[in-house]
Amino acid sequence: MNLDFSPEETAFRNEVRTFIEDNYPKNVSAEGLRDDLSPEDMVAWHKVLGEKGWSVPAWPPEYGGTGWTPTQRYIWSEENARVNAIMPLPFGVSMVGPVIYTFGNEAQKQQHLPGIRSGDVWWCQGYSEPGAGSDLASLKTTAVRDGDHYVINGQKTWTTLAQHADWGFFLCRTDPDAAKPQEGISFILVDMKSPGIEVRPIKLIDGGYEVNETWLTDVRVPVENLVGEENKGWTYAKFLLAHERSGIAGVARSKRAVEQLREIADKELLDGKPLMQDFDFARKVSQLDIDLAALEITELRTLAGEEAGRGPGPESSILKIKGTEIQQRLTELTLEAVGHYGTPYYRDLSDTGSNEYPIGPDYAQHAAASYFNMRKTSIYGGSNEIQRNIISKMILGL
Amino acid sequence: MDFNFTEEQTMVRDGLTRLVRESYDFDTRRSVIESDSGWRPELWAQIAEMGLLGMPFSEEDGGFGGGAIDSLVVMEVFGRGLVVEPYVPTVVCAGGFFKHAGSAEQKEEHIGGIVDGSRVYAFAYAEPRGRYDLADLETTAKKDGDGYVLNGHKAVVIAAPWASHLIVTARTSGERRDHDGISVFVVDKNADGVVTRDYPTVDGRRASDIYFENVSVGADALIGEDGKALPLIELVVDEAIAAQCAEACGAMKSAQEMTVEYSRQRKQFGTPIGKFQVLQHRMVDMFVEYEQSVSMAYLATLKLGESDKERKSAVSAAKVRIGQAAHHIGQEAIQIHGGMGMTDELAIGHYFKRLTIFDAEFGNVDHHMKRHIALASD
Repeated sequence: MNLDFSPEETAFRNEVRTFIEDNYPKNVSAEGLRDDLSPEDMVAWHKVLGEKGWSVPAWPPEYGGTGWTPTQRYIWSEENARVNAIMPLPFGVSMVGPVIYTFGNEAQKQQHLPGIRSGDVWWCQGYSEPGAGSDLASLKTTAVRDGDHYVINGQKTWTTLAQHADWGFFLCRTDPDAAKPQEGISFILVDMKSPGIEVRPIKLIDGGYEVNETWLTDVRVPVENLVGEENKGWTYAKFLLAHERSGIAGVARSKRAVEQLREIADKELLDGKPLMQDFDFARKVSQLDIDLAALEITELRTLAGEEAGRGPGPESSILKIKGTEIQQRLTELTLEAVGHYGTPYYRDLSDTGSNEYPIGPDYAQHAAASYFNMRKTSIYGGSNEIQRNIISKMILGL
Repeated sequence: MDFNFTEEQTMVRDGLTRLVRESYDFDTRRSVIESDSGWRPELWAQIAEMGLLGMPFSEEDGGFGGGAIDSLVVMEVFGRGLVVEPYVPTVVCAGGFFKHAGSAEQKEEHIGGIVDGSRVYAFAYAEPRGRYDLADLETTAKKDGDGYVLNGHKAVVIAAPWASHLIVTARTSGERRDHDGISVFVVDKNADGVVTRDYPTVDGRRASDIYFENVSVGADALIGEDGKALPLIELVVDEAIAAQCAEACGAMKSAQEMTVEYSRQRKQFGTPIGKFQVLQHRMVDMFVEYEQSVSMAYLATLKLGESDKERKSAVSAAKVRIGQAAHHIGQEAIQIHGGMGMTDELAIGHYFKRLTIFDAEFGNVDHHMKRHIALASD
């Protein structure tokens, strides 16, 4: 056993670090909240990576992937986290892209994969519905065949960043009489500019708008936008969810966030001394550090298993549960660290006159909103309750 | 032992509950907190007319002869409905200073204005570098003839945008964090040199950062004794904490009930999610946390009149226990509501936010745990 990276891996780390230092757009940082950024800012790094050929590292090389090992991909995400890089949005790169190159036809690959690689096409995901959250198979949106079109009707929800999307991938019921709820569902690509689509932003408790309700009324979609076989969409959906879950631990980001928390706690004072010197506070930060180490090694073990050809199995549920819990505690502790200045609602104040007094230190501005926002992580992508169900069923056999 | 409210307190509770239910529904609250003013002065007048603002004051001070239990009754109902109107800053904090230490003239002028609803006060005690230490003051009040000149910066002064007057803690002598040399003043918010930076708070209230730039006040602005105010400030803050503990209990009760109700309605896999045992036990824990919190709010309120040590110990115990419960219940409520809990549209997220900020006001769990430990080893 050996925890060190090989010389090749170390050389790779140096190469990507240099590349990031030289090329990461200087004015764009993920320090704040995602929907505070312009759509152009959100894809700026993606476009640079597209040109370099590094925007879809996990894809097979024939579709533009890098051929990196899982460990190299891990190093890559760590190096990006070091500079708080805004990574390519997952909807194209790690969700629909792999579905298209795995199950799509040649025409679909030609049409869609280049735009995903380059960052020119913005995708959104149409899975969840108001009645179908964790119970995704109960979805009701219908696609009815009419000549060489499907006519789609229904309502999707939590469509992340759909307000900027060019294309969406939707799960629709094509056979309402199927024997089981998972059957009779199809995976359909939809041009978001199609008539009959209405995207309504949902305001979240942090005050931002990163998700939407999407209404589809008699939306006509050419049948060639069906991926794979009709009524087999559940298979592709499950494939996609497995992809979504890998990387959900967020170790590299959380390590960076611990560093930032320490920086804040060095500046905040308690009894005239840095808060970081307070035993109670330091203990909580160390607890996070320790839990993060356990998560990191667990993730590396999973990666090593992947490299040995054992695909991410139900163990990835451990990464999801612990990763999201740590992310939540981190934002909670950061809010605690900033004390009184967690209370102001900063979101509406950014454009007030420049000659006014600022409210509190810069680092306090996103503390409360981030804490509120991060409560979503134990709910989305299969809630942590569902992850525990997976472990109990698939690993413990209960 | 008697944990019953008096007949009068029960009447107040019922009347106020009705008022909040009828004229403070969630949609109304939302439109009010988003409006320019951010609160409802007309409702404040109505509450004053019901006599609620005068309850905790003695009859000789112009009140109705009640006490802290009355504030607990009011604040519990306020918490149920997430009422933003400034009962704690005005009645409990400002009222507390005048009640305990005001001169006859101050009592007449200020308590009169509180009771009839004509004056609103904010309590400017926190500072950017002081965290939760009430004695860690950089704001100064220098003697100037008969009066004083104030300079300094107060952080996140709740309800200040609505206030006509400010209660300000400042150092009249000594070094930063000394326990001696601290004084309390009442300052007209329109006085020359008072600069305010107003903003909304994440939990739907309004606050200001306030800069005092050579603000001159007369000798009559001093409340109590020059330089000896720390025990008085601690007493008033403990009274405010007890009242806010009651508010948190009201908010936790609403959050807990809403979660149970939602779990009965929301179906997944063909079953109401409230039928899943794993969620049932978690909602039971929420309920247990709430009941423990009510007990602690009672304890804190009932001990306010005891010795300093006994009072502080009980108040800190309550703030620790309820601060923990507020986080627990708020987080569980959001989780069990699922994605809907993340939306601004549902009330539950607003309860979660109020319960989050509750912990940071007047000292968080760690701060009060330390105070509790220090008192036990005294």
